[in-house]
Amino acid sequence: MCTVCGCGQATQEGPANSHRHKPHAHHHHHDGHGHDHHHDHRHGDGTDTFDFGSGPAGAHVPGMSQARIVQVEQDILGENDRLAGRNRSYFAERNVLALNLVSSPGSGKTTLLVRSIESLAERFPVAVIEGDQQTSFDADRIRATGVPAVQINTGKGCHLDARMVGDAAHRLDPQEGSVLFIENVGNLVCPAAFDLGEARRVVMLSVTEGDDKPLKYPDMFHAADLMMITKTDLLPYVSFDIEKCVEFARRINPEIEVMRVSATSGEGLETWFEWIGRRRSAVVPSQSSASEARA
Amino acid sequence: MHELALCESVLSILQGQAKTQQFDRVKTVWLQVGALSCAAPDALDFCFRAVTAGTLADGARLEVIRTPGQAWCMRCGETVMLGERYDPCPQCGTFEVQVTGGDEMRIKELEVE
Repeated sequence: MCTVCGCGQATQEGPANSHRHKPHAHHHHHDGHGHDHHHDHRHGDGTDTFDFGSGPAGAHVPGMSQARIVQVEQDILGENDRLAGRNRSYFAERNVLALNLVSSPGSGKTTLLVRSIESLAERFPVAVIEGDQQTSFDADRIRATGVPAVQINTGKGCHLDARMVGDAAHRLDPQEGSVLFIENVGNLVCPAAFDLGEARRVVMLSVTEGDDKPLKYPDMFHAADLMMITKTDLLPYVSFDIEKCVEFARRINPEIEVMRVSATSGEGLETWFEWIGRRRSAVVPSQSSASEARA
Repeated sequence: MHELALCESVLSILQGQAKTQQFDRVKTVWLQVGALSCAAPDALDFCFRAVTAGTLADGARLEVIRTPGQAWCMRCGETVMLGERYDPCPQCGTFEVQVTGGDEMRIKELEVE
């Protein structure tokens, strides 16, 4: 288990932005059906290094027989999903194509993104939300290309969630018809569960990581629409079996599309750009928008 | 893992329910966690205690109800049980299966006072 995964203090560069989940309620009582109640009194000892409240033991009053059962039936991720839906509407209103890019750290997401922006920004507006635990290095690299970028620092958090992306998108205020790249925190586990409101999810896997990653991290590959095998220029130097990798990925997700690219050699980049262009056409009503004409 | 964030969501739901259903303390939480969901029960238990310390659910018991993975096999044309996302259909051995259940993470009910 990853003990650094605490979603505590997500910040976007600049003012701190606390990450809270607003409860929404369902209500429906049902009368207590009796059952035994045992507790073990383990109050925060040793575990409260997470700093989630001081929690001294002792406030507990056992034996007050007012206990009742309350039915809840709520998805744990319900609030995130609601906010993701709101983001999706926001993107749809502006005809923005949002792509959630996920991978392990070091798969080459930012390099590929920089390389992509250099070509795509001539064709249509591009904007970027960068997620990392710390630093604005990635957003700085993106801004150097001239496109707007907002950096989200998740602090101890191991993934972006819909609230962070919603806040960042409003700050970014992407132009009508933009392609919005959301570069998630480098992590093949946690981001899988969190819908951000994206149109498509793209998982990147570099050939230096090993062809068995889809089976080792099935949730991530299950949740993705496209798998990009990156750094293919390094294939002669590593033992990475592309066919095996694709076969593994399709065991998890028979529908997943696959592409091989290298930001260094340029292999597959045009296919990637066409893929984005097609997805963008699906959300932008007319291809002959002003920004297209400019290109 | 992201169980800490999931437990923060659980706590947030508990706090919301405490207002609408008028209770002060949570003694037990029943969570339904599918075998194909991306949450590990042990990690949930650990994080739940960390997150709820000093809250209305301090010391509450977390009961995880595991539900089995289910999938629709396109080859067999029927619902089959699946242990893991990468498992083949137990009947025909192909991977032409789509998960249809057992990936949920839900709060079912609470014992409160």
